[in-house]
Amino acid sequence: MMNRRQFCKNALIIAGGVSLPLAALELFDPKRLLAEKSSKGDRRWVFLVDIDKCVGCGFCVKACKIENEVPYEAKVSRTWVERYVITKKGETLIDSPNAARDGFTSTKIDQNLEGMKEVTEGEIAKAFFVPKLCNQCENPPCVQVCPVGATYQTADGVVLVDREWCIGCGYCIMGCPYGVRFFHPVYQVAEKCNFCYHRLAKGMTSACVDACPFGARRIGNLRDPEDPVTKIITTERVNVLKEQYGTNPQVFYLGMTMEVK
Amino acid sequence: MVHGEIWTLKELFVYPNEYIYWSIQIVMYPFMTGLVAGAFVLSSLYHVFGVKQLKEIARFSLVFSFALLPCAPLPLLLHLQQPLRNHHVLMTPHFTSAIAAFGIVFMTYGMIVASELWFVFRGHFVTRAIELKEKGTGIADRLACALFTLLTLGAWDVSEESLHSDEKAVKFLAAAGIPVACFLHGYAGFIFGSVKANALWMTPLMPVIFICSAIVSGIALCIISYIVVAKLRNLVHSRLRRNTGLPVSKALQGADIAIVIITARYLLIFLVLAISLELLDLIFRSYTAVKSWEILRRVIYERDFVKIFILQYGLGNLVPFILFLLPRLTIRRAATGALLVLLGVFMMRWNVVIGGQAFSGSFAGFMDYRMPIIPVSLETFREGLFGALFVAGMPYVLFWIFSRVMPVFDVKEA
Repeated sequence: MMNRRQFCKNALIIAGGVSLPLAALELFDPKRLLAEKSSKGDRRWVFLVDIDKCVGCGFCVKACKIENEVPYEAKVSRTWVERYVITKKGETLIDSPNAARDGFTSTKIDQNLEGMKEVTEGEIAKAFFVPKLCNQCENPPCVQVCPVGATYQTADGVVLVDREWCIGCGYCIMGCPYGVRFFHPVYQVAEKCNFCYHRLAKGMTSACVDACPFGARRIGNLRDPEDPVTKIITTERVNVLKEQYGTNPQVFYLGMTMEVK
Repeated sequence: MVHGEIWTLKELFVYPNEYIYWSIQIVMYPFMTGLVAGAFVLSSLYHVFGVKQLKEIARFSLVFSFALLPCAPLPLLLHLQQPLRNHHVLMTPHFTSAIAAFGIVFMTYGMIVASELWFVFRGHFVTRAIELKEKGTGIADRLACALFTLLTLGAWDVSEESLHSDEKAVKFLAAAGIPVACFLHGYAGFIFGSVKANALWMTPLMPVIFICSAIVSGIALCIISYIVVAKLRNLVHSRLRRNTGLPVSKALQGADIAIVIITARYLLIFLVLAISLELLDLIFRSYTAVKSWEILRRVIYERDFVKIFILQYGLGNLVPFILFLLPRLTIRRAATGALLVLLGVFMMRWNVVIGGQAFSGSFAGFMDYRMPIIPVSLETFREGLFGALFVAGMPYVLFWIFSRVMPVFDVKEA
């Protein structure tokens, strides 16, 4: 007959064993940790955006939506273009109507609830367009916060989402300082730009790069010193977005000014 | 329609993909966990620190904490876009994420509360099982007998010595439960506090603020529930007495003001702590005035002024503070105060969760949350008023069920 002490002891052992998920043990696999942390393959995809060349036509957004099957009418997009209008008074006005899918068809600035704001040409000090997309951060906060490991970084630096495993908690959306993530309206899981990874795997370039008529968007391999994109990044004055978050973004901008958010 | 589009209003420049993704259910999540943790800490004040005056409410709040427990992850479940995949958190936890450990922390805490309850009520289970075995002839009696027999887990020994060791176990579990309860809730604070992309959330004070306000809300809910339940019992029994002419015992004369007064004192201590920390955070932010302060200032002092300063600090903190401090506390005043405290804590959760999404990551625009009221679809139910009410009402249903087997009032001391 089991006494109470023995019963409690056994019960504790069983409870402990049951509550310890097998996956927890996997965390300590040193081989995998090493592979994840120090893999320095021969490829690291990076992006180069030349702000001076962008005219805000929105072809990139259109191409992206079609290529990646993000519903055309849905008010979310893997990539978008922002218009910046800085007035002579120092006011910064920004908009991106429909993620600039159809370009910027009006000179009025879309201020959402505040309506369309008219700015006359005489008031404008400077204006430019800034394409945005996922920064494929070297230190991605979205990967860090995913509770189930459904979003992960590939060896060549691209952050992907496993649609079969994402639980749709939205923590990654909250964790991204750049607002590039959203819930896919059809699959109901986290969605983001992945530089068209399926195309890269076939030796093609991203759909937006292909669609840009002005060469404002380019993709390259940072590990290849002969890559023209790498040459520009290493020799010219490029900048990244929101450096202060320590995410180490890998989308580089040429001609970016302080007004860019 | 995109998730979040229905209830998000955008103003000025907001990134195209930004919406209020974390809505009312994520407000409910820390609110409910807070109540769980608070109720448990209140019961531990008696079991561990021997605050004798809290004896009656201790048993009550322990059972209540257990009833609240399953309702803490409920809002998370309702909020998930893929609720059927919820078990992935347990199957493949990704431990760099603050949410990944939720299952483990939560289950540890659940096991502690469950075992403490068992030790508290074991004597009662045995007595009931024996009673029912002796008199039980009907099917209901036999079922009840089987239930109580099962609940004893085969430990039939109710000798003085054995009951004494039960008490020791209760004391140990209650003590072990305090840090775990605080961890459970501090951890909810960490989930928010560690989001570096959110200027309002990111502060190391967040877990501590959450713990203090959790205890405040837990105690407040226990006070209200205690008063209401005592009143209901009083009403039922006075009707019975009128019919049968039996005298009513002291325990059935409604809530005991002495218990309420001492409980309210603990509430005040934690309330002062919570407010001090929150104000420290606010002062620090405005004094250091880093890049994000300009947009935060506009949210805090302009857009959310009523929600923060009138509803949360004013009605939710200051008014109950005065109500509790004024001499000659009455049951009615205590109930009003506790209700206002609950409102204050709820508003605090709201102002953190929704307030944290009230501005764009671009710092150039704002978002407004319009909570869906009428549930026209599953989504507007889950993330709307009725979903929240469902979560808020659930603990009472469970409490009623649990109190059938674990009586919370006038039990012979085991």
